Amino acid sequence: MSQVVTAEVFHHNDNAQVKRIWKTFWILLVLTILELGIGLTIYTIHKGDNPNHTLVLMFKGLICIFTLAKAFYIVSVFMHLGDEIRNMIMTIIVPLLLFVWFIVAFLWDGNSWKNLRNTDAGSRTYIEKVQPKLPAKEKGHKD
Amino acid sequence: MTTATAQPTTKLWSGGKSPFNVSYGKLMMWYFLMSDAFTFGAFLISYGTIRFSQNVWANSNQVFNAFPFTGHANLPLAFVSLMTFILILSSVTMVLAVHNGHNMNRKGVEKWLIFTILGGLAFLGCQAWEWTHLITGDHEVLVNGTLQHWGTTVTHNPWGREILFNGKEVATPGPIAFGGYFFGITGFHGFHVFSGVIINSVMLVKTRLRHFEQRGHYEMIEKAGLYWHFVDLVWVFVFLCFYLV
Repeated sequence: MSQVVTAEVFHHNDNAQVKRIWKTFWILLVLTILELGIGLTIYTIHKGDNPNHTLVLMFKGLICIFTLAKAFYIVSVFMHLGDEIRNMIMTIIVPLLLFVWFIVAFLWDGNSWKNLRNTDAGSRTYIEKVQPKLPAKEKGHKD
Repeated sequence: MTTATAQPTTKLWSGGKSPFNVSYGKLMMWYFLMSDAFTFGAFLISYGTIRFSQNVWANSNQVFNAFPFTGHANLPLAFVSLMTFILILSSVTMVLAVHNGHNMNRKGVEKWLIFTILGGLAFLGCQAWEWTHLITGDHEVLVNGTLQHWGTTVTHNPWGREILFNGKEVATPGPIAFGGYFFGITGFHGFHVFSGVIINSVMLVKTRLRHFEQRGHYEMIEKAGLYWHFVDLVWVFVFLCFYLV
């Protein structure tokens, strides 16, 4: 019985569904082309004599936003998550929020690593204070 | 009314009723994909950490600027855009296959599955070309005072900082992590595409054998579809991390 009812509903919505799928395809395509355009803009900026790093960073942020929009459309329309009931959506989305912390924490760590690489970061003087007679090969050994 | 869920007439969970209005198999596919998202996420974040820790990194516009049959033309981002386009398109054909499954239209499912499989194979072909190009391409690098010719591999990175040598600009070796991360992550993604193609082929055979018609629903196509869309979703992020930023 339920099978018959569902089939009827689907038939009724058939054209609307197919239209929605193709509309999503066009949205994804346009977003990708925009990303591409920005990517090439960044390339041109980098080729210039005096690249504006703030501008590049802003463009990169914009690309990230477009990527998240694409992810939203794929998950919500193509994977039909948007049509599921709210509780199920939450069991998928809430654990993924851990990514916010992962990304912030690890990129922060990477950046701090770079700073340590580029400065003496106090480590050398500390070692020399504690053990003044370190072998010479230790000196200036970095990287 | 949820338009997405094909109501299978099979038995509900043993509690008598599915808490999420979906079958057990489909829910578990979602949870599998969530765990897979964490795996890919960990890879990409690790890549990001190492990249942030380096003073120089390979310039993607320089590394990925080739296109088949165009020789040494400088075409940054062009080929990877084609790959992205192929994958998005194959995602559309997959969702159309799922849609035809809802309508119990076996011929439609077969047709769109075939297009999806072809899209997957085309993507894998592109990736094979790109890898070959990177590994076999040779670039002049200044190593210990002599010029050598390097390809991009997991042990060699010819995309480091450029310095003046005998009056011309030559590259020096870059961070070795670049090749490892690039081939590791795109390889892991490519392996997902490959298994997706296998899964879709099995689905195609089962559709042709009328297995789903006899079962009364095409939910297996939906599950395969979820996997395939996930592969597309991961590519969106790989595209972002390796090629765009």
